[in-house]
Amino acid sequence: MSVTLQCPGYPEDTLRSLADRLPCRETQLTSLLSLMGQPDQYSYPSIFIYGHRATGKSHVVLSIMKDLELPHASVDCVECVSSGHLFYQVLSAFFGPDAAALLPRCPSLSDFVRLYKQMSSNSPASQTRYIILDRAERMRDMDFSLLPALLRLQELVNDNVTVILLSEIVWEKFRPNTGCFEPLLFNFPDYSKAELVQILSQDHHPSYTPELYASYINILLGVFFSVCRDLRELRHLAVLNFAKFCEPLEKGEARESDIHKLWKNIEPHLQRAMQTVYLREVSSMQWEQQQMDEKEATTLRGLSAHAHIELPYYSKFLLIAAYLASFNPARTDRRFFLKSHGKIRKTNFLKKHEKTSNHLLGPKPFPLDRLLAIFYSVVDSRVAPTASIFSQISSLVTLQLLSQVGHDDQLDSPKYKCAVSLDFIIAISRTVGFDVVKYLYDFL
Amino acid sequence: MSEIPQTSSVSKGCFVFKSASKKRKRHVEVGGYLADDSDGSDRFRICQKLWETVQMNTEVIQDQLNKKVLDSLAEFIKKHGLACSSDVWRQRASEIPTAALMLGVNVPDHAMTFRSLCNLLQDSVTPFVVSVHAKECAAVKLLIQKVLEQLMGKGVSVDEEQEDDTSLLQKTQCTISALCQWYKTVSKKCTKVALERTENSTNNDSPQSLPVVVIFKDFEAFNSHVLQDFILICSRYAQELPFVFIFGIATSPSAIQHRLPHSVSSLLCIEVFHSLSCTQHLASVFDKLILNSQFPFKLSSRVIQVLVGIFLYHDFSVQNFVKGLQFSMLEHFNSQPLSVLCCQKQEALLSAKTLSKQNVERIRHLPSFMRYVETQEPQEQVRLLTSDEHVKEVCQKLLKNLHKYHKHYYPILQCLHSLTSSLPKFPLGKHIRELHVSCIEKNLWETEEYDSALQLLRILAKDELVAALRKCAEILKSANTKRMQNVLQQFEDFIGKLEALEGVSSEDSSGNGVISAKMEYQKTDLFQLQKTLLEKESRRTKKMNPFEVLRSQVIEFIDSLVREYLTPAELQPLNEVCYYSSSGVLRQRLNVTPRTSIQAALSHPFYYLQNESLKTNAGTISSAAPDLCIVYKLHLECGRLINLYDWLEAFVTVMSAAEDQDADSEECGKFDSLKHARFIQAVSEMEFLGFVKSTKQKTDHVARLTWGGC
Repeated sequence: MSVTLQCPGYPEDTLRSLADRLPCRETQLTSLLSLMGQPDQYSYPSIFIYGHRATGKSHVVLSIMKDLELPHASVDCVECVSSGHLFYQVLSAFFGPDAAALLPRCPSLSDFVRLYKQMSSNSPASQTRYIILDRAERMRDMDFSLLPALLRLQELVNDNVTVILLSEIVWEKFRPNTGCFEPLLFNFPDYSKAELVQILSQDHHPSYTPELYASYINILLGVFFSVCRDLRELRHLAVLNFAKFCEPLEKGEARESDIHKLWKNIEPHLQRAMQTVYLREVSSMQWEQQQMDEKEATTLRGLSAHAHIELPYYSKFLLIAAYLASFNPARTDRRFFLKSHGKIRKTNFLKKHEKTSNHLLGPKPFPLDRLLAIFYSVVDSRVAPTASIFSQISSLVTLQLLSQVGHDDQLDSPKYKCAVSLDFIIAISRTVGFDVVKYLYDFL
Repeated sequence: MSEIPQTSSVSKGCFVFKSASKKRKRHVEVGGYLADDSDGSDRFRICQKLWETVQMNTEVIQDQLNKKVLDSLAEFIKKHGLACSSDVWRQRASEIPTAALMLGVNVPDHAMTFRSLCNLLQDSVTPFVVSVHAKECAAVKLLIQKVLEQLMGKGVSVDEEQEDDTSLLQKTQCTISALCQWYKTVSKKCTKVALERTENSTNNDSPQSLPVVVIFKDFEAFNSHVLQDFILICSRYAQELPFVFIFGIATSPSAIQHRLPHSVSSLLCIEVFHSLSCTQHLASVFDKLILNSQFPFKLSSRVIQVLVGIFLYHDFSVQNFVKGLQFSMLEHFNSQPLSVLCCQKQEALLSAKTLSKQNVERIRHLPSFMRYVETQEPQEQVRLLTSDEHVKEVCQKLLKNLHKYHKHYYPILQCLHSLTSSLPKFPLGKHIRELHVSCIEKNLWETEEYDSALQLLRILAKDELVAALRKCAEILKSANTKRMQNVLQQFEDFIGKLEALEGVSSEDSSGNGVISAKMEYQKTDLFQLQKTLLEKESRRTKKMNPFEVLRSQVIEFIDSLVREYLTPAELQPLNEVCYYSSSGVLRQRLNVTPRTSIQAALSHPFYYLQNESLKTNAGTISSAAPDLCIVYKLHLECGRLINLYDWLEAFVTVMSAAEDQDADSEECGKFDSLKHARFIQAVSEMEFLGFVKSTKQKTDHVARLTWGGC
């Protein structure tokens, strides 16, 4: 394969080692290299590379840059809380921190261009300079002129510079409505199963044969491939579970050739891993711990197992009232909370859209008055409207069990939504001996 | 390890001292305020001293309760600090170790926990501890800035050059990479110093890197985007900068999954830590401060109910409970002049000797003392009512009795609780505070609950009974009065006798075991079961075996103890000295109803203004009242929409009614601009208070926002 990798201007043995280090990405590597051309040639002004998570976008690009020792600035856009950070990092990567320090306090795009020009005239580029912007989708939230400007930076600064954007989403979602220079689009496809096996098999354990590790990876992918194709995640899982896979070998119960026996041993374990450690219900540290002292057979409780929340008595009722207000149509309150309500037929009574289950539609906002009215009729004893009742509402909001709708400064009639699930509210109402289902319109 | 609580309590002790000194500055005023006689300052001093012990005790309790979870947290961070250098770490370099600390919904109480956590970590694990609050971190930029400020601004006072370095770095960009640079220089110095320090010790082989701990105090309140971005950024630097996160979570761990998507939460290595529940915390505070004979200040049953009610119904906040206790203390020492006697025994006896004439008179007027006097001989009665000296002597005796009463009361209460707390359906309450409340309120042995509890005790199996008695004996061992030792002796005798029965009545006890087991099964219809059991009981009385004889002796003994020692506090002479009982005031102050107060002020201005001319009969509107009150009263008579012109006319009528009774013929309908202005102002004040608001439904109308009235 290294035969195909002949790019004039770059040392051949570096290219070969590069190709070895980037398995299953040869085609992308070649196309990129040919796009870049020889080091001293002008390259295309901007390249947009997209592909799913962990398809090797940044890895390939950064490996090329580092191995071929090209001048480059790599910036993660998450870090750039303002465009100033971006400029700073680019300038300091190309011209050193002293140059970057010349940027004014809140640098604008023109400051950046001016400074870049000034610097590049002092030290003109002998090789193409590359600016690599990882997670480029974040740039859309920054200054609207930033992206179009960066796309044709080559023209603006009159220097041999190429901007490479890396993103997980397609270019169509980037295009500003004012129009801009179209970058060269370049896709990194997902790895196929065979490719994943090939890549994962590379980091085999030194004390075991590569074949054994490959068969282990095959088993692993057999379990996880249907739910997860993220290479990074799969590698993480492979490392975590390998010790367990080797256990029969170390105990001498099986030989390396007894693949079936090994499979039988590891399969249920992997299934369990899919439900726990993959979802981060259980941390990897705890998972390893559990593997070590398995004899105790303690089942680790995941994060979502502790769903129970202790709340003060009235907070519980406030939450129940909020749930009722969110999921019952306001017109049905009479029926539920008045003693002498007439018989209301469900079908005739409601408008068409109210006939669908409210639980499918999600919580609806309700005003504070309605919440309190339901609260007072739900709670069994007489409650004075004390300040602490109101403060409980706001503390429910900070706990994100309720969420405030609309502007924060609405003093007159704030509106809320209930943000808890039916199961949760049923559990809560059971602790106070209140049958919430009886009051829900959907379950009538 | 024992040093940490000390240091933290020293730092808090500093705080205590501060607040005390602040109050002492105002001492002259406060003393003067209290002193309608000379001993106001004494009372203030006693109150201060008591409050300091309360505060110290609560801090000690908090430290003790949190010790376990804090230690395990510190252990967690240390473990990850070590793992940093090992191979395992490199393989999953981007996972940031994260501790999810469950603290319960009582957010105000968290501050203290976090403070001691910070102290602990800084003392024993790493100097790099940052704690951030959601309020300050509305954007990633601010969050990073906060982290950098706290880390780099503080620096590590290892070197003089350190100062210059940090100040230089502060000029640079506010990014995590800048932090990274700083960390490298600082940690090099730190490890160097650490190595120098531990040169002689053996474990300096691996240069352990100190983790950077970021504590998110209120995880729920953080904007999830901010958190996600911050975690993404940090995970980029995780290899160079060993971050450890601590999430302070008030609700449940699944909140993490609600806030963070999988792509972000897969960067964390989350472990859950549970702190003690607030109800347990309250129980230990209650044990230490209220169910303790050493603490002279007592609360009456109603007051306890108010305070516990606020805790259970409203906030789950132990701090608020302690604040409530403080308030009732202040109120007691302020309103009750005889509270000079509310202190430790020796001190109380001393001050009883030197009671002022006024106070002696006050003692004579105490209801409990009057009741005491009535039980005395006529001669004695006369002496008590005439001779001050004699009252003082009797007073000393009564105080001694009161202290003795408390000394006996609490151990017996605990015994009774340990006996009854395992009974089905908890006839005397699950918590000791419930039992305590019913004991000090009324004669416990006259209640139905007590009867049913005793009946259930009468059918206990032998091993259960012995176990319960053992527990009682344990409790009594710590009580060191002579009578309690006697009681203990008797308990031990019973235990001995019960054990001696072992061989004799094995089949009977097993029979009892069956009964109690059956009782466990049929919890559903207890009433029926109780009936049958009672029948059986009555049948069995005819032919009791030795165990049953002994058992009924034990129960009778316990009953006699209860009748002797668990008498209501109100019957004790001079109980007013120690017991704070005005629960109404407490409720009014602690469980405020702002809207009720506003409405009371508007409809009865006399209540707040105390101006004689404002006294009115119900239903009438006095023109002397403030404009706002008149407007308020008039608006109560209206429907949902109020016509402003009608309202104005009514207002002017009320105003002019007072001014001029006779001239109404001409000027009734007319009004000057002054009245008009006053009306407009009053209406806008009503709007400000939230009673009316402008509406677009009808011109010249305002909408009412409250209902009822007239």
